[in-house]
Amino acid sequence: MKLTGAQIIWETLLQQGATLVFGYPGGAILPAYDALYDYRDRIRHVLVRHEENAALAADSYARATGKVGVCMATSGPGATNLVTGLANAMMDSSPIVAITGQVSSNLVGTDAFQETDVTGVTIPVTKHNYLVTDVKELAQVLAEAFYIARSGRPGPVLIDICKDVQQQTVEYEPITSVKLKGYRAIKPMHKQNIPGLVTDAATLINAAKRPIILAGQGIKHGGAHGELCELINKAGIPVATTLLGIGVLSEDHPLNLRMMGMHGEAYVNMAIANADLLIALGMRFDDRVTGNLAQYAKNAKVIHVDIDAAEVGKNVPTDVGIVGNVKSVLQALIPQVANGSHKDWVGTINAWRDDTKSRDVLAQELPDNMLLAPHVIRGIWEATKGECTIATDVGQNQMWETQYFQHTRRNQLITSGGLGTMGFALPASIGAKLGRPDDEVWAVAGDGGFQMSIPELATLVQEKLNVKIAVINNHFLGMVRQWQDLIHNKRYSQTQMWTPNFQKLADAYGIKGLRATTQSEMRQIIAEARATDGPVLCEFVVEPEMNVFPMVMPGKALDEMTRRQPAALGTGMDAIK
Amino acid sequence: MLVDHAASGQTAQKHTLVALVENKPGVLNRVASLFRRRNFNIDSLAVGTTDDPKVSRMTIVVDASRTSAAMVERNLYKLVNVIDVQDVTHLPTVVRELALIKVRVENTQKRSEIKQLADMFESRVVDVKTDTLIIEMVGDEEKVDGILNVLNDYGILEVVRTGRVAMTRGAAHVVPDQDDVAFSSNGHSHP
Ligand SMILES: Cc1ncc(C[n+]2csc(CCOP(=O)(O)OP(=O)(O)O)c2C)c(N)n1
Ligand SMILES: [Mg+2]
Repeated sequence: MKLTGAQIIWETLLQQGATLVFGYPGGAILPAYDALYDYRDRIRHVLVRHEENAALAADSYARATGKVGVCMATSGPGATNLVTGLANAMMDSSPIVAITGQVSSNLVGTDAFQETDVTGVTIPVTKHNYLVTDVKELAQVLAEAFYIARSGRPGPVLIDICKDVQQQTVEYEPITSVKLKGYRAIKPMHKQNIPGLVTDAATLINAAKRPIILAGQGIKHGGAHGELCELINKAGIPVATTLLGIGVLSEDHPLNLRMMGMHGEAYVNMAIANADLLIALGMRFDDRVTGNLAQYAKNAKVIHVDIDAAEVGKNVPTDVGIVGNVKSVLQALIPQVANGSHKDWVGTINAWRDDTKSRDVLAQELPDNMLLAPHVIRGIWEATKGECTIATDVGQNQMWETQYFQHTRRNQLITSGGLGTMGFALPASIGAKLGRPDDEVWAVAGDGGFQMSIPELATLVQEKLNVKIAVINNHFLGMVRQWQDLIHNKRYSQTQMWTPNFQKLADAYGIKGLRATTQSEMRQIIAEARATDGPVLCEFVVEPEMNVFPMVMPGKALDEMTRRQPAALGTGMDAIK
Repeated sequence: MLVDHAASGQTAQKHTLVALVENKPGVLNRVASLFRRRNFNIDSLAVGTTDDPKVSRMTIVVDASRTSAAMVERNLYKLVNVIDVQDVTHLPTVVRELALIKVRVENTQKRSEIKQLADMFESRVVDVKTDTLIIEMVGDEEKVDGILNVLNDYGILEVVRTGRVAMTRGAAHVVPDQDDVAFSSNGHSHP
């Protein structure tokens, strides 16, 4: 069968099961869009309002479905607009394939109109990338890209396709296998004796008095939720999760301590600091998780299981490092682990947990007109009974979501972890809703982050996506203001933010806009939003100067947290600061 | 067990890594970009072709006091175009470097002195002009450093060094072939 390069793109996508593309057309990708016209009944194209959001939505779609997300852009500015989204997917190991148009192959290198060295620009923010100058290579490259994106440690792969390649015709055969000379999904270093290492790990686990599991996103990618649960139920080991590990184990499981790190609850970080064994599963000891490395879990031995050899021993030296798929490693490990309950250890942690509860701002009666961001998050959780997918933005709103929403469903939270990309929530909610059409989807954003992606409201409307948006308006770039408050002597340099009238804004987009300034209004508008068929923009005007606690200040050890006072010690504003 | 050589008592200063990479445009760029991005300190990087036109070979010298050689190795491995990486530091290996050294020649007597020194280092004079000589020196780095040291007295005008290249002794460096990976669907695991 003779096809053009442009047709080969869509044929390959169909073959790969990728029937959804987020994109934005332009000159160098025009042939592909022209061919798409004939595929429009088989491939859904979502026209975003900025290419960055195409990549972020594709990333979120991948997280919501486990499939490869696809985004598309033209050369030059279209492609460079993708960069933040690619970096986001790279940091958070999301499988996406980005297809960009490039100037014709005879013009490459001449500074032609809208020519940018996109493969050069994106080397550091992609797992791999390709420049295709010969149509005969195109089908193979596309197949490789999908395979590389989703295998091993997933990540973004970019394919830059010259315009003439899209136009040329070639004999097309569907590619059914790939053979890459250098690439292995899992590339262990040296010859690992995995059974021996698993036994070593089991020996450490069975001897430990104060073990703790640090569960990361690798559990999701490996589909090892069940194995994780089995392991902890058998061995009675408490679990702390990373930000991206939220959703690998229900947060109502008594052994799930919940999120660790800079804004993890105090008892979680204390458990890690006092542990005698860390069992790190599919996580990478990011600095936001460890605090000061030199003082990190000083008395603990370390077992580290990860699919990426370059993560093992990168930040924290290991006693047993295993490079492999966390699911198969756990399957081998569980039979060798002794039954146990670690009663004393869990009891100690639970005592710390009680102390944490006593400092909870929501544990105290505050006047109805004092609306806090935690109220809003708790309000959404209560109204939805936790049955929804949440996409958050970055900043205080994100951290409060982790603290005040109890995640009981698998992979329920979609958030930008490693890159901390403001503006993520709205495009992410679009990707999530398309990936989980039957799910209630909420976007939770700060006033700053939301203003970075407002144009995507138009995408929501055009695609008729029923997403509820919660803008937590503290009139500040809250998380930065918090650092200025605590570290820079309250010098609020460029963090105060004017915001538009969000109800009128919603009106302009033809969607419902609601506003709450008190706790009771908050509950009302959440209920009204949920009862509305279609997107709703809810603005919650909250206390402007509340800080997220606990906080591990930069340079401090994980358990040297700055904490809120116990509730009894203050009331009103004093209590929340 | 996965051990970090730098942390495990094998404290050789300079680690030699041999990488086989696909001979494709841009591969050197990817390697260089990796080193820069990860802030790896590299003493030298020598690239050349091999018996297989599709494969190039890189010899990379890492200063292990500043950069973990194991991390360089594992990160190189992650590049899709890198076929194999081996840290040959602790293997029996032939290590060579080539240097061209242009030396000032003041008079005939100096010329024969320099020629004699070159002989003592088993190096060759490859170019003779009235007031300069070019010496071609092949050896390990210490030997190259050695000749540079003694030639300094005569006035070195120009030096070029290739950086270290290395090959393990005995059996050939065999790379296991990659199996075909067949696929049918887009499914990759969760949720
Ligand atoms: C694109 C981008 N620019 C800047 C930052 C730095 N940053 C992190 S949090 C934050 C403030 C976010 O403010 P807002 O969206 O209002 O959320 P809040 O913290 O107030 O909840 C900023 C500016 C970032 N993470 N991403
Ligand atoms: Mg804000």
